Formats: sequence, C-alpha cells, structure tokens
Amino acid sequence: MVAATGMNDAMEEKPDRIRALGLLSGGLDSTLAARLLLEQGIDVACVNFHTGFCIQSHTGAIRNPKPGAPPPRHDALHAAKNLGVKLHMVDISADYVRIVTDPKHGYGKHLNPCLDCKIFMVAKAWEMAKQLGYHFIFTGEVLGQRPMSQRRDTFPVIDREAGVKGWLLRPLTALRMPETEPEQRGWVDRNRLEGFSGRGRKPQMALAEKLGITDYPSPAGGCCFLTDENYARKLRDLWNFRNTREYTIEDILLLKAGRHLRPAPHFKLMIGRDQSENLFLSGFRQGRVMIRTKNTAGPLTLMEGDTTAPEDRLLACRIAARYSKGKDQGKVVMTIDSDGFSETLEVTPLPAHELMDHWHV
Amino acid sequence: MSDWQLDVDVRGLLCPLPIFKTDQALAGLPVGGRARILATDPGIAHDLPAWCQINGHAMVSLVNKGRLWTAIVEKGT
Repeated sequence: MVAATGMNDAMEEKPDRIRALGLLSGGLDSTLAARLLLEQGIDVACVNFHTGFCIQSHTGAIRNPKPGAPPPRHDALHAAKNLGVKLHMVDISADYVRIVTDPKHGYGKHLNPCLDCKIFMVAKAWEMAKQLGYHFIFTGEVLGQRPMSQRRDTFPVIDREAGVKGWLLRPLTALRMPETEPEQRGWVDRNRLEGFSGRGRKPQMALAEKLGITDYPSPAGGCCFLTDENYARKLRDLWNFRNTREYTIEDILLLKAGRHLRPAPHFKLMIGRDQSENLFLSGFRQGRVMIRTKNTAGPLTLMEGDTTAPEDRLLACRIAARYSKGKDQGKVVMTIDSDGFSETLEVTPLPAHELMDHWHV
Repeated sequence: MSDWQLDVDVRGLLCPLPIFKTDQALAGLPVGGRARILATDPGIAHDLPAWCQINGHAMVSLVNKGRLWTAIVEKGT
C-alpha cells in the first residue's frame, strides 16, 4: 500500500480504492459529510479526538440522572456505528494544553481557541492519514456556521497552517469552495457534494431525512466546555490563583463537577451537589482535604490549595455544613480527611448572610 | 473460577476514558480472551456495545447495579 497521496508523487493517479479519513464529532454535519462520501463508494474511516474538554454528556454522567433521561453516550462512537465505519479514538489531551494556554489565533467569546483547535486537529488527522494510507481527509465544516473557525477567510488559514492545502475536503460546503485535489483527480464527484452555508440547520436536516439519518444529537448543544461561560470562569480562576496558565487533566475534570467557592485566594472548595457528584469528587481526594458530615446527610467537599491553617479548615467545614441537611442546626459534626489522617470537628453552619456572593467561582 | 482473564477497573472515569482504558487493556489479550470491565459512568451502557460492534469484539454481558456497570467483553479479530 502506498502512503496517502498529497505528499507522495509516486502515488498512482487513480487508486483502486479511494480511502478518506474524516474528523467525526458525531454531530449531524460530520455524520453527513461521511455519509456523502460513503454514497460515492469511498472507503471512509473517521477519527475522534479527546481533548479533555469534550462535553459528551459529562454533566449527565457525573450528576444523578433525571428520571426517564436516556443514558449519556459518546456521539462519535454511535455515529460511526450507524455509518458502519471504523473510528480511531485518539487522546490528544496532553498535547492540547498548549492550544488552550497559548493559542496563536486567540480565544473566542470565552476560553475557546477554536481556530487553533481546528488547525491542530486537522494537522493531527492529516498526519494519521499519511501513516495509515488514507488519500485525503474531510470535515463536516460549513462555511459561515461558526464565527471563529468556519469562515471564508479562516478555511485557507486552517489548510495552510495544518499543511493540508488541497487535501482537506469539506463535502457539505464544497460547492462554495475551490476544488480540492480529490475532486480535481476525479476521486470525488463534485456534483454529488453540497454547497451549504450559514448557521441555519434546515438544509442539513433535509439532507439527513433524504439519506435516512434519524439518530443524531440535537444541534443546540455545544461540544466543548471551553465555550461554556461558567466553565471558562472556573478555569480562569484556577489560572489566576495559581499564577500560571497550566492545568492537569484532574484539574479540568474537577471543574466540571460541584459548586466551586473560593473563600480566600489561597484555597478553594468543591462541594458535591448530589450523591453522584459526591462519589465523583471522592475519587479526587488524594492530595486534597476531604470534608464530610458525620451524623447528618450532606455534601462531600474537597478543599484544594494551601489547606493547612486550622482557621481555614474551620471555615471550610462551616461552609460545607451550610450545604448539609443540618444547616439549621446549632452544631454539625464534620469529618476531615487529609494525608491519611482523619479528625472530627463540631461546627456551626455558616449562616446565609456570611456566605459571600463573591466566593462563588 | 472466573471466565475472564483481565479486570479493567474504570470506576470514577468519565467518557471516553473507560473506552480508552478498555482498548488499551484488550491489546494485551489474545483473540478470544475476555476482560471484565467495572465502570461507574452510565455512558458505558451505550458506548461499550457500540465500541465492541465497531471493533469486532463480542459484548458477552452487561449488568447494572445502582451506579456500577459490570461488562464482559471478548476480544475479536
């Protein structure tokens, strides 16, 4: 097998079997893009990248499920299953840190480095395509659909900076774009591609209906926590108080769960909002102080930062007690676990008027 | 005697990490070998069968008790 074309002059003009690798989020657009190429008899496989910030129903997975709610699922897996294509699931979370902390093209509305993210993923996919013998790559991008990365002036930037110029096909919007190499070589029939543009979803939904695609996620939800205002605020808070823009995978997972309060610059509390969040947070107790109510129902609280001062631990316990069933009792007994040691402390739950609004991250 | 050769404990991990860990663990098994997966992410109920189907593995069983899912997966070719 000859390696993917584009970079290999020895490649024959018309291979027996055209192979394409697509970036698949599992949303409607990337699913349709894959399906359009499958309809042309192209051998399609897909890749899905894990950045650590993918939403993928994480909130639903952490918190108690709402009665009757379907279980959360990984959209790309299910789209690949329905399409009948191979899915490469690739963890890029470690390399992705520099994209989030220092994006060349800046952030969108919140901490979303959409253009840098797209360039990074396209470059990764093209690298994989070359290694695995795919002839070109494709995405479900639509001209004008996203304000930062899916614009007429940013598509060429993506192609150029990802080193994939001419070899990235966008089947849903191809008729509005210059012909790509796969089209020019006759590998892909341009007449069977689309010319969608703009933020509307009706053309995609009509095409889905025509192709018999009915199982796809709602287009309303975002796919990345970095576009979420609340999440971005928590990440900024983490960076501000650590004085560095670095993060670990643990950090970004913890930002997804619980109430976050910062009563003082040097420590933060993460307070579970239900039994499932308590369970989730308890998995991160190592290296942190874990606070629980002893004789009454209440949240599991993690204390992070400089947690050694007794007065800070007392305040943390009083805040945690505030969110327990014993909040109106005179005293609540709390258990504090830290570095393998356990102690109990009887505290007065913090009254509402002493819980400062600005503590909430 | 258990009818699996490998335990994959992904309790506390969120999607897609249980799938990544299962994928890595199965790489060390021969075809026909079985792994038991313990998970707390409810997404496993949908994701593991889909992943098995895509990759040619057999989903032997999947049992849910409260917040714990226990699955047996047999490695395919």
